[in-house]
Order: sequence, then C-alpha cells, then structure tokens
Amino acid sequence: MATITQPPTQEQPLDPDGIAGSSVRRGDRTFLGLSTGSGIFVLVLMAGIAVFLIWQSIPAFTENTANPLTEQSWLPDADPPVFGFAVLFFGTIVTSIIAMLLAVPIGYGIALFIAFYAPARVASILGFLVDLLAAVPSIIFGLWGLYYFMPYVVPAAEWLSQYLGWIPLFANDPEIWTKSILMAGLVLAIMILPTVSAISREVFLQVPRMHVEAALALGATRWEMIRMAVFPFSRPGMISAAMLGLGRALGETIAVALVLSAVFEINWQITAPGGNSFAANIALKWGEAGDVGRSALIASGLVLFFITLIVNMTARWVISRRKDFSGAN
Amino acid sequence: MAIASAERATGSVHLTGRRLPRWAPWALAAASVGVGLLVQFSGITAMGLAPGIVAALVFLIGQTTASGIVEGRRHAVDRLATTLVYTTFVLALAPLLWILITVTIKGLSVMSPEFLTGTMRNINPRDAGGGLFHAFIGTLIQVGIAALIAVPIGVLAAIYLVEFGRGKLAYFISFFVDVMTGIPSIVAGLFIFTALILTGVLEQSGLAGAFALAILMLPVIIRATEEMLRIVPNELREGALALGVPKWKVVLRIVIPTAISGIITGVMLSVARVAGETAPLLLTTFLAQSTNFNPISGSQASLPTFIWDQISRGTNAAVDRAWGGALALILFVLVLYAGARLISRYFAPKTS
Amino acid sequence: MRFTRNAAFAATALTSALLLAACGGSSDGGDTTAPTDAPVSDCATGSIKTAGSSAQANAMSVWITDYQIACPDATIDYQPVGSGAGVEQFIAGQTSFAGTDSAVTDEDLVAANARCEVGAAINIPMVGGAIAIAYNVEGLDSLTLTPTVLAGIFANNITKWNDPAIAALNSGANLPDATIARFHRSDSSGTTDNFSAFLAATAPDVWTFDGGKDWIAPGGQGAKGSDQVAASVEQTPNSMGYVELSFILEAENAKGALIDNGAGPVAPTSQNASNAITLATQVGTGDDLALQLDYAVSSADAYPIVLVTYETACQAGLPADQNPALVSSFLTFAASDAGQGLLSAEGYVPISGDLLTKVRASVASLATS
Repeated sequence: MATITQPPTQEQPLDPDGIAGSSVRRGDRTFLGLSTGSGIFVLVLMAGIAVFLIWQSIPAFTENTANPLTEQSWLPDADPPVFGFAVLFFGTIVTSIIAMLLAVPIGYGIALFIAFYAPARVASILGFLVDLLAAVPSIIFGLWGLYYFMPYVVPAAEWLSQYLGWIPLFANDPEIWTKSILMAGLVLAIMILPTVSAISREVFLQVPRMHVEAALALGATRWEMIRMAVFPFSRPGMISAAMLGLGRALGETIAVALVLSAVFEINWQITAPGGNSFAANIALKWGEAGDVGRSALIASGLVLFFITLIVNMTARWVISRRKDFSGAN
Repeated sequence: MAIASAERATGSVHLTGRRLPRWAPWALAAASVGVGLLVQFSGITAMGLAPGIVAALVFLIGQTTASGIVEGRRHAVDRLATTLVYTTFVLALAPLLWILITVTIKGLSVMSPEFLTGTMRNINPRDAGGGLFHAFIGTLIQVGIAALIAVPIGVLAAIYLVEFGRGKLAYFISFFVDVMTGIPSIVAGLFIFTALILTGVLEQSGLAGAFALAILMLPVIIRATEEMLRIVPNELREGALALGVPKWKVVLRIVIPTAISGIITGVMLSVARVAGETAPLLLTTFLAQSTNFNPISGSQASLPTFIWDQISRGTNAAVDRAWGGALALILFVLVLYAGARLISRYFAPKTS
Repeated sequence: MRFTRNAAFAATALTSALLLAACGGSSDGGDTTAPTDAPVSDCATGSIKTAGSSAQANAMSVWITDYQIACPDATIDYQPVGSGAGVEQFIAGQTSFAGTDSAVTDEDLVAANARCEVGAAINIPMVGGAIAIAYNVEGLDSLTLTPTVLAGIFANNITKWNDPAIAALNSGANLPDATIARFHRSDSSGTTDNFSAFLAATAPDVWTFDGGKDWIAPGGQGAKGSDQVAASVEQTPNSMGYVELSFILEAENAKGALIDNGAGPVAPTSQNASNAITLATQVGTGDDLALQLDYAVSSADAYPIVLVTYETACQAGLPADQNPALVSSFLTFAASDAGQGLLSAEGYVPISGDLLTKVRASVASLATS
C-alpha cells in the first residue's frame, strides 16, 4: 500500500546483462529528449492559442462601450458596440453544474457496475455500447434531445415547478417548459456520461486485485471494499474523468445551441426557456458577425479559456490533497 | 471490532450474522410494483410522481429499512449502494441505448450500398439518393492525419509527465493540458484559420482540418495516457530497473504494455470525440460534394460537416441523409474500436 | 482477456448485422434527370470554392448540379457558412466569390475592392426569397395578417390565437383559445434582419426594436437556423415562426400566412414575391446592383416580406488560380432563363423584369481571365 519513493532514475550503475553503459545513456537521453520536447510542444501550442486569442480580442475590448462583466446584451456590431459576458457566464456555469451533478455520480455508478457488479460478459458489451456514444456527433445529441427527449423532460420540469416552485430556481413564470437551461443541462449530462464512465471504468479496473481481495477477505461488504480499497486508489483518476467531462460540457457548442432557446438575459428559472452559453453563442453568432462582433466572440472564447483555467486550478488543489495513493508519484 | 461486539451483544454465534432470506428482495420488488400499480390506477397521487418512481422509492426505502433491522447497518448500506449502482446503470443506459436505437433506425432507412459508395455530386437537396463516400474518405484522411500527429506527441508528453517530469515544467505542462481540455472546439478551428489559413501557409483543406482536430485530440490522449501510466504499479518499474534494464526500455516494454488497454481507450475516446466535431471543420475545411483524396488542396468533405450540411438543408430527403451519416459515423468508430481492441490484445502482456 | 475478445466480437457482429440490414434497404438511386438541351453554351473547366449565405444554399445546389451535369469537367463547391463569414473569406482571398444576404457596402466594399486588385467588387442580386409566416393550428387552413398585427404578435403584445385583432382579420375562422407559441431564429441571420426591417418599415408604432441580424424582441423561443424554426413550427401545435418559403414546401402541419399590406391578402408564393422584388430600387453604382427593397409595397399580387441574396464577385482582377472563367460561366448560367427557372420549384424567387436585364449586364461585365 505504501508507495516507495522512486529510486534514482538517471543511470543504472549495475549492468548485469552487459549492455554498454553509453548506449543505455544515449537511449535514455534520446527518449527523455523526445518526451520532454512533446511536453514543451503542448506549452508552446497553448501559449500560441492564448496569445492569439488575446491579440484577436483586443479590438473588441477597446471598442466596447459597456462593462463586459455586467452587461447583459450582445450587440457588438451595433453603433456603439455593446456586449458583456454575464449571461454567457451564468448559462455556461449553470448548465455545466446541472450536467456534472447528474453525470458524475451516474458515470461512476456505471463504471462501478461494469467493474465490480455485472457479470463480465454483460458488462463488457454494455460498457462498449457506452463508449460508442462518445462518437455520436453533438449535432445528433442536439436533434435527439430536441425531438425525442424533450417531450419527456417537459413533464419533469412541470413537476419541479409545481412542487418545488417555491424555490425561485424552479419557478416558471412564462409557464413554458421547453428549451430551458435544465433541458440543456440534461442533454449535456447524457453527452458527458460516456467520457466520465469510460475513464473511471479503466481506472477502477486497474485497482490491484490484491487490495480488493484483501478487503473482501477481511469481511468487508462489497460497498465497504469499494469505499476502502477502490476509491482511495482511484480518486485522482475519478477526478480526472470528471474534469474531462466538465471540459466537454463547458465547451459543448452545437447541442446547446439546438436545445437552448438562446436569450440574452440571466434566467434564474432553470425550467423556463432562455439562457445562453459561451460556446453556443460563438456558433450562433459567428457566421453573420462583423469585425467587432468576431473579435467579441473571440474575446468570449478567451473568457471560457480562463474559466477552465480556474476550474482546473480548483481541481488540482483538490487532487493535491490526496496524492499519496497514486501508483507512481 | 464492531461486528464482534454486536455478535456478543446479541449472543449470536453464527459465522455470517443474520441475513435477509433470499426471497426478501424479490418479495419487496413485487410489493413495490404493487404500490406503483396502485398509484397508476387508483387515482392516489403521490405528489404527482410517476408510478415507476414511486415504486423505485418504495423498494429503496423498504429494502434499506428491512436490511437495517435484520442485518445491521453495514449490510443495509451495502444493499443500498448495490441498488443505487444498478439504478444508475439502468438510468444511464436508457437514454444512451435510446440514442443508438434512434440513430440506427433512422439511419437504416437510407442505408444502402449506393449510400455508402455514392457522393453528393449532382444531387439536389430535394432529391432522394446520393451518398457519403466523399465524406467518409474525408473523415478517414482528416482523422487519420490528426491521430498521426496527436498520438505520438500525446503519448510522449504523458510519458514525460509520469516517468520523467519533475518540478515546475512538469507542473505547468500538466496544468495546461487540463486547461486545453476546456478549449471549445470552435476556438481550435479559429486558431488554425487565423494562424495558418489567413497567413497563407495553408488553404482551407483536409490538412488544416486535421491540425484543428489534432489540437482537440491532444489533451484527451495525454490525460488518459497519463492516468493509465500512473496506475502501473511501481513494483513493475522497480523490478525492471533493478535488473538493469534501461529506463527507456522499461517504459516501452513494461510500462506501456501494462497500460496499453487504457491508453487505447483514451486514444479511441479522442478519435471518437473528434470524428464527430463539426465546428472546427466548418472553419478549416471546405464543404465538398465530390470525392477528393488530396488533403493538401481543394475542398474535402467529412462526415460531421456532411451531417451538418444535410440537416441545415431542411428538406426531408436531406435530413434522412443526415441520420444515415450519423449511423455511418458510429459504425466507423465501432470498426476502429474493434480494431484497436484487437491491436491492444496483441500488444498486451501475456497473462497466464 | 475475455473482455477484449468479447468487445471485438460484438463490434464485428454488430457491424456485419447492420451492413447486411443495409444491403436489404432500397434506394431510389441518385440519378438526376439531365436537362433536355444543354443550358450552358460555353463550359469552363477546373474548380472553384465559394462560400456564404445559408439562405441561398439550396439554390446554389440546384445550379451547381445542372452546371456540373452540362459541364462535367467543372467542380463548384459552395459552403453555407453564413453571409458574414462568406464575405470575410472572399475578402481574405479564400474563395472565388461570396454569397451574401445583404449587399457588401462601406468598409467591407473597400476591402473587397482591394481584394480584387485591378478590378472592383460588385454585388449581383441572383436569388430572391420570400419570408413566410409559418403557422401550425389544426383546422386553420388560411390565416390573414396585417403588418400591424404581425408586429403585435412578434413584439409580444398579442399572445393569444383568438385575440380580437387576429379574429377581425379572419372572420369565420375557428381560432383556438391558446397561447401563440412563437419561434424566432436564435442564430444571427439575414432572414431576421429582413423580417425586422419589414416590421420596422410597415408597423413602426408597434415594432420599436432596432433592426439587425439578431432577434431582440422579448418572449418566444429561439431555434437555430431556418430548418429548426420550420421543424419547431411543424412539431408544436398553435405555433408561429418566420422562415424562408422553401422550408415549408414539404411541411404537413405548417402553412404560410397571407399578408395584407393594404391591397388585400397576398399569399407567399414565388411569383408574388418576384413581383415585389422587381420594384426594388438600385442603390449601388454602375454594375453594382445593391438594392433597396420596398417593404410597404401595396399590390394585390406582390408579397411584401421578401429578401434578396447577392453574389459578390470581382469584376476583374481575380487571380487565375481562382478560375475567373468558371466564375463568369457559372454566374452566366445562374442568371440565364434556365438557371432562374430552377428557383421556383425550390421555394426561391427568381429575379425578373428589368432587374434581370441589369443582372445579366453585370454578369457579362465579369472578366473571364
């Protein structure tokens, strides 16, 4: 269980097989160079994208006559240009929160089912079906959500507003239950399920059998085994799976554009139509945007970029507090 | 401990403690269905909840309570967890299967040998027929090039992070890989469009599309590979290193083969993710109705842009073709997936 | 390793099952009947890329099909990315010409002229369109609206189908006591721009919102693209939305409302819209045929909610590798009787009368090399 600290890795002083020391070092050096180079390439690429986004969004920020943080309209090509990120920020965050609240526990549930509960034969086929869904293009998720799923979401939304309407979040003044933030959150949840469950399943399957069997041998119930042997080992991987899901939810474009009735107002009533998100707004406005409009859309991409930055910092902070169970640290 | 003291208190000497009889969950399930039917037909409304949900709640609460009384808290929690895990699975599988079935049924209505081998050249939006061969070739080329770029870089970067990376550089790389997963796909397309196309390095082409897709694949591959490499037990590395095997050989012959199945899942997920990406391709490639094998120049279609194009045409024939395109895309990934699994089996360390 | 083998097996089995099932399906084949006499007199060869307005995507498709059948050595690809992006790509030198919902003017025209180097960029109106007010009310086969009532509905002042204002225009019709489920475009579009310009021009007292490509009136639900607005109306009982005429041609539940601009109800037909477009005034200079539409047109055979989409091309100075010969040859075909004759069946509006003569003169002025 306890992790042994990594031995010195640069060179192996002993060479029992008679491999020439210099060739070993050359092989290691080449390999180190290649992998370091790839890592640095990622940084260069990211820097390139960030620099480009900032550079391209400068015109929008200098032309904008409103406070970009609080303004609730999007008219960058008007004279004078007026736009703000408040609505997009709200919609992106709330739809992603709804998606995460549903998809993360359910995704872990699927992964646990496949790894520890289901008969192997059934599990592998079902798990495979779930993986396949990662390939369904988001426009299909959007169309399916709009025409097949929404008729079933509407009664649920009606129920929420009828019985929990005293919570402002579930109130519904227009009494229309379609194309809501809730609807977008649900579709997003279904879209990110395959991502969350596929990665956490792989992580669960890598838990050393010995840990599992030791826990069961000590008389733990299956759930106690999962809680005490599986979760501690898999936690960083589980968080990583959730983060990849969140990444997809935050940046999802077409599906949100289809199932959300895009409106520029902060809409707290999540069962009523209205709301918008960064990525959907870019897709909806891009084709007809003028010069300032395009720059403003790139600026909104930059803000989305910063949101993922903040989200990831938080996640890292969470992971760093529980690092000690990773196989190789 | 807790078990022992509980046993002493009740004076029980059973090895396994008291359990619910085998028929109990089934009886409870039947009772729950009964309650559900009661709600369905008697007009008693439980806050307007659907009968199925009422039945599920009755089962959940009933079983946990019964188990708690008879078997004790630990088993009650275990049963609750088991029921919840099964429930989540069914809950999640329902919409997922529903989508697959919808796409299959709607897609099969246009699927035909002509659909797979034909193109949209000289097919009007209102005409039936046409095909997606041109789009399929485009996707094959674009995703293939993207994978050729992203997989080596991604796996090597992950190896760096897990096997070599120390200190600030590794921290920054790892951090920005995470941030990279959040780049909206349209921004990746935008980046390629302004950085490579507007500057005249490339024209709108399959290659430009592949670059945009590679940007999207990279973080998924790195994160998945990294995660898999991290859980390769250190004992394996240390054992090999102790035998004097050079580090690079340890990584290539011990670490990667151990993690290969997970790495391939990651690569597949990344391929699956980008194979359906529409937004970046709309900016970087040029929609075509004819087949073009050349990724460097000329317009080249792809399955997602084909689907997008057909849906926005709005005619019945075109929308049918779009569903056919979606089915073809899923089949494409399916075949890739099966192939990847076979390859991973070939490379995986032999067990027993 | 049972898991991997099963997965591979399942994949193979599923694939072959689907493929087998696919082979059983029928197909109408993709043959398009070739026109009887060759519609193109001087075929050009090679290929061009062009991009722009999604409103004219289907018109482009039918032109490209017939052109390519007549001239098998030519390939034309049109990417319906939106007018703004299409003009941007044209200015950036990526495409041979642009399709746009609004004529390229002001700064963009300066940039476009610069792109054409020695020549000038000109706007050529090539496809007209009618914006239909699609509605879906069971049993309501005909609906008449005036601009004022239409503006009232879309400004959220009139919310019920049996509102007295609607009833007054449709005496005898059985109007339901239901809320009007309103749909508008959630994406930026020339259609929204033209529709709100129409409302602003004909009902300025009721329609007090700024025009533009984005919908900003309160209420209603947004849908992405004309295809989704049309599909939403088709699916939602008691709904209404504005779409280009071509998107309701195949609809079963959605119908187009008649508009009464003072001279009695006029149906949204290709012919009626063509009559309205002919009355537009030219605001561009010389061969640049940028138009100003007359939304207030009051005539018993002119449908007033129309739009015109343009092809913006270089009169001269298009680089040889972007194939000016093919641009000229293709646009000549599009402006010909054969080309314009294809439009009505697709729900578009052909250019006619004096305007068509001017269009042909403009196209003829395009350099072929």
